[in-house]
Amino acid sequence: MVTLTVARLVSGRVSVGRVGAVVGRNVGALRSGASYWLVLVSGFFEPLLYLLSIGVGVGALVGRIPVGDGRVVSYAVFVAPAMLAVSAMNGALSETTFNFFFKMRYAKTFEAILATPVRPIEIALGELSWAMVRSSVYTALFLVVMVVLRLADPVWALAAFPATMLVGLSFGALGMAVSTLLRGWQDFDLMTAAQFSLFLFSGTFSPVADYPGVLAVVVRVTPLYHSVELVRGLASGVPQWGLLGHAGYLVVMAVAGLWFAARRIERVLCA
Amino acid sequence: MSDVQPLVHARGLVKRFGDFVAVDGIDIDVAPGEAFGFLGPNGAGKSSTMRMISCVSMPSAGELRIFGMDPVREGPRIRGRLGVCPQLDNLDPDLTVRENLTTYARYFGLSRAQARARAEELLEFAQLRDRASSRVEPLSGGMKRRLTIARAMVNEPDLVLLDEPTTGLDPQARHLLWERLFRLKQQGVTLVLTTHYMDEAEQLCDRLVVMDGGRIVAEGSPRSLIESYSSPEVVELRFGGQELAGFVAPLDGVGDRVDVLPDRILLYAKDGDAAVSEVHRRELVPSSVLVRRSSLEDVFLHLTGRTLVE
Ligand SMILES: Nc1ncnc2c1ncn2[C@@H]1O[C@H](COP(=O)(O)OP(=O)(O)OP(=O)(O)O)[C@@H](O)[C@H]1O
Ligand SMILES: [Mg+2]
Repeated sequence: MVTLTVARLVSGRVSVGRVGAVVGRNVGALRSGASYWLVLVSGFFEPLLYLLSIGVGVGALVGRIPVGDGRVVSYAVFVAPAMLAVSAMNGALSETTFNFFFKMRYAKTFEAILATPVRPIEIALGELSWAMVRSSVYTALFLVVMVVLRLADPVWALAAFPATMLVGLSFGALGMAVSTLLRGWQDFDLMTAAQFSLFLFSGTFSPVADYPGVLAVVVRVTPLYHSVELVRGLASGVPQWGLLGHAGYLVVMAVAGLWFAARRIERVLCA
Repeated sequence: MSDVQPLVHARGLVKRFGDFVAVDGIDIDVAPGEAFGFLGPNGAGKSSTMRMISCVSMPSAGELRIFGMDPVREGPRIRGRLGVCPQLDNLDPDLTVRENLTTYARYFGLSRAQARARAEELLEFAQLRDRASSRVEPLSGGMKRRLTIARAMVNEPDLVLLDEPTTGLDPQARHLLWERLFRLKQQGVTLVLTTHYMDEAEQLCDRLVVMDGGRIVAEGSPRSLIESYSSPEVVELRFGGQELAGFVAPLDGVGDRVDVLPDRILLYAKDGDAAVSEVHRRELVPSSVLVRRSSLEDVFLHLTGRTLVE
């Protein structure tokens, strides 16, 4: 069903070349903008600092944590995959929220693009691809750090990498969809707050099973929870069939977000 | 018009925004090689029409064909042959002048090498070679406008749409742009443009329509419009601070027609000097007198009862 929707959305009329041109525009912006690099680097270090301060630092005071099949792991090993998922989320979101909104509403970048053969869905796909590139660079580096710190086995780290790409994809799509709805910069405060809540309460720092009843239920419908479970399952080498459910959730979110964002770009800019 | 397919063909074209009708059933045909103008005051519906022709905004009703194709179904193919210069510059602030051109070329499917070559040509065309590596933001208004127009040429379009290409430019920059547009026209590029400026319409357009309130109120060549809706000459009379309405009766019959504006009276006549003599003979003493050739401004005033406020 999902692949069918994707197929229809990306039916013959989508041009890979035009999507590539939208990605190329972002590569050009990266090349010419010095400040961009700063943002890029700082976005990577945030989850890493959390890993070191809380995972390793606070972890020294915390006991071992059970994962999946009855195994227990150190607190740092428990937190690291969560921070990996967070870095995938951050990488994708910083691209598809702030930058996307700026291009859509202020710089009129998309307006200019829409006067060319490029279509709204191709803009959305290009922006999303670019967000995934950024997110994947973050997670690849993060995985290297995890392996170096002996927080993950190299083979399982490799297995976790595609999962982090999926996390980037789905959060990128969600971010774009939300950005098309934002009215102005003031709404970014709301979004930052939402993002921080997800960061704190998605089974990141303690198992969701230990959360009080209602919170545990709420958390289970939010996207970072599924991302953390998926990434943790692979990174800590405890794959289960249940991971497919988490992956399915993320695929649906990616497709829905992409479709919605393309629709909104058309609505807003092609009036 | 019947033997050559028009590049733009519209019948009963309508654009609505909610209940508001911005374009109210217009008919247009633009022939290949023509320079076609939309003239009209603020809010006339010029930009709304241009956005429909550029296949970005979809018509609410009526028929529209560009290159004989339907914008709803063949948008990307049509846009691939169009060059669009929007009313407000939307250059990419994250890119340099040159990258603005190369990046835009890529949206049209040009290869990297083609894009680079085309960018060099257009930098020359826009006289921006020495600013090629600069960001867009520090450029002057005239430079930005030139770059936007150059960007519209990146795909070697068959039809170029220019929405107020010279608004906000100083006379020198405006003349430079006119010269560039004139060159395009000579190369056989079809131009559709909107403007508030009468002299611009007279300079550039072979044919134009005057729009007001979403409708076309007149159509023809600048000359023919002036001939049908005005007189060859116009006398502008000012009477210091006096109440102008009181002069209408004394001036009756001096020219073909009299228009009272807030600050002056316009007298339409075949022979301006003769009209001035007649004014003096009637012992009226204007504080200033100006005889000039009639222009599209007068046509517009006659058609809509309003001056074009720039
Ligand atoms: N996206 C929109 N939503 C609602 N109303 C719109 C929209 N775009 C234009 N309008 C309205 O349609 C009318 C025509 O606008 P348009 O921009 O076509 O005029 P114009 O002739 O280009 O004017 P100007 O000379 O000021 O550029 C205006 O009253 C404007 O407010
Ligand atoms: Mg306009």
